[in-house]
Amino acid sequence: MSFVTALIAPQAPPPAPPKPFTAARFFGNVFLGVWLALSVGIFMMIVDGWDPAKFTKYGPSYLSGLGVTLTLVALSIVLGGLISLPLAFARMSKNPVLSWIAYAYVYFFRGTPLLMQLFLVYYGLGSFSAELKELDLWWFFRDAWNCALLTFTLNTAAYQAEILRGAIESVPRGQHEGAAALGLPKKVAFFKIILPQALIVALRPYGNEIILMIKGSAIVAIVTVFDLMGETRRAFSRTFDYQTYLWAALLYLVIVELLRNLWNWLENRLTRHLKR
Amino acid sequence: MSGFFTAIVGAVSAFLGVIDPLCGPVGIFNLFLGKTLLACGDAGWGDEIAFGFLVTGTLAIATLPVGLVFGFFIALAKQSEEKSLRLAANVYTTLFRGLPELLTLFIVYYGLQILVQNFAAAVGYQGTVEINAFFAGMIALGVVFSAYCSEVLQSAFKAIPRGQYEAGYALGLHHGRTMQLIVLPQLVRIALPGLGNLWMALLKDTALVSVIGLPDILRQTSVAARVTKEAFEFYAVACLLFLVLAFLSSLVFSGIESWTKRSEAAR
Repeated sequence: MSFVTALIAPQAPPPAPPKPFTAARFFGNVFLGVWLALSVGIFMMIVDGWDPAKFTKYGPSYLSGLGVTLTLVALSIVLGGLISLPLAFARMSKNPVLSWIAYAYVYFFRGTPLLMQLFLVYYGLGSFSAELKELDLWWFFRDAWNCALLTFTLNTAAYQAEILRGAIESVPRGQHEGAAALGLPKKVAFFKIILPQALIVALRPYGNEIILMIKGSAIVAIVTVFDLMGETRRAFSRTFDYQTYLWAALLYLVIVELLRNLWNWLENRLTRHLKR
Repeated sequence: MSGFFTAIVGAVSAFLGVIDPLCGPVGIFNLFLGKTLLACGDAGWGDEIAFGFLVTGTLAIATLPVGLVFGFFIALAKQSEEKSLRLAANVYTTLFRGLPELLTLFIVYYGLQILVQNFAAAVGYQGTVEINAFFAGMIALGVVFSAYCSEVLQSAFKAIPRGQYEAGYALGLHHGRTMQLIVLPQLVRIALPGLGNLWMALLKDTALVSVIGLPDILRQTSVAARVTKEAFEFYAVACLLFLVLAFLSSLVFSGIESWTKRSEAAR
């Protein structure tokens, strides 16, 4: 009988196979190099043209512009959310007139550019100033900020109504039937069973809509509202310094990325019970 | 030879003039709105707005292939096994999905100007360089479109099971042929609704290019509105034209969709 008397000494692992230098690796390195070169170039540009006087002069106005952008978006999202509720129900209603009107509203606001709608409200309604003065509404339409708020509210209401409708319709029929079988009244079933499930589905589209509104709100700069983009354009027209646009880009990127990560966290948190 | 080409160009433009839906002999503006501010020719603004309509459509159609091709390659890069390629592609999409389209447009417009100016100065050309608004708009919108397009295509790629590739290899097709014959037809079918949404977004974003001076629908109607002081009417017409474009593209997309599903119809 034979038995092991000595353990085999530990061996070094075999050498890793050489990584071939593929085309993908080549292009990856090239593109990373391009990004690196661009970021170094932009950094050098900022360091090169750094001017403390400009920073102290335009820095605060950037912050106030950021405040205007965020206020505008937050207000219009909330007000649009309120308008979107009846709109979504009108869209789902069995009354053909009601659902057709809601459909036409949604089609108009989703089929035309936001900039065009803004012009239609600000310049278009502005040409009826005499009639508006008679109706005592001119104080509202005279201000570009109010017009922007109205346009954004109406626009986001159309999008939010579609999000809400899609989410409510995505809840399976069995859930309605289950609630009915338990003898729950329609109202209780809607608020306790349908809506909670629909809102989880709607969470991601709502986040995307907020991000789209933040990006879309940049166009108010064209109708003389001094939001972040407006302040940027003012600073550029006074200094002809390309950096002004880069600062704005940085601020927008930070907001959007923060919001995106916040929304990811929120979704993870709210769908814990659905994970297996 | 050049006379021949001039004749062809003349014939084509005469033909387009006849079938022109807005300002031709059977155009809407000519038939119904001949006496109004929307009349064609010197009497009204019909032909200017029709030109803007053409520019908007051309810009969107010219941007589409650029964005699609770039988006496809970025989607490929995002699912590559090579880490550096994935990273580079992710930086690209994060950047251009996070920036407002208007800001991207300005950055491209002025940035290209600075780049070309510096390049020209290095070569020895002293003079101001002006970037064409159409070209700048095409680049900026194409970049944004490709960033979104890569996301749509990437999720479509994920929806195609690995077995489809393996089946292709088992049949002896190499990588390119597998992609072309097996994966792409399915990819188009899955990605088409998403791409339709992106096309609509692109169509609407073309209105932004009017800010840097492209004579599209919005700019032409703005000029007309400023001159005639009939702002509401002109902007309403512009909105209607955009709705027409949206309606036409939804028709085209439903046509393409049923075409890509022609093999499924029998089932």
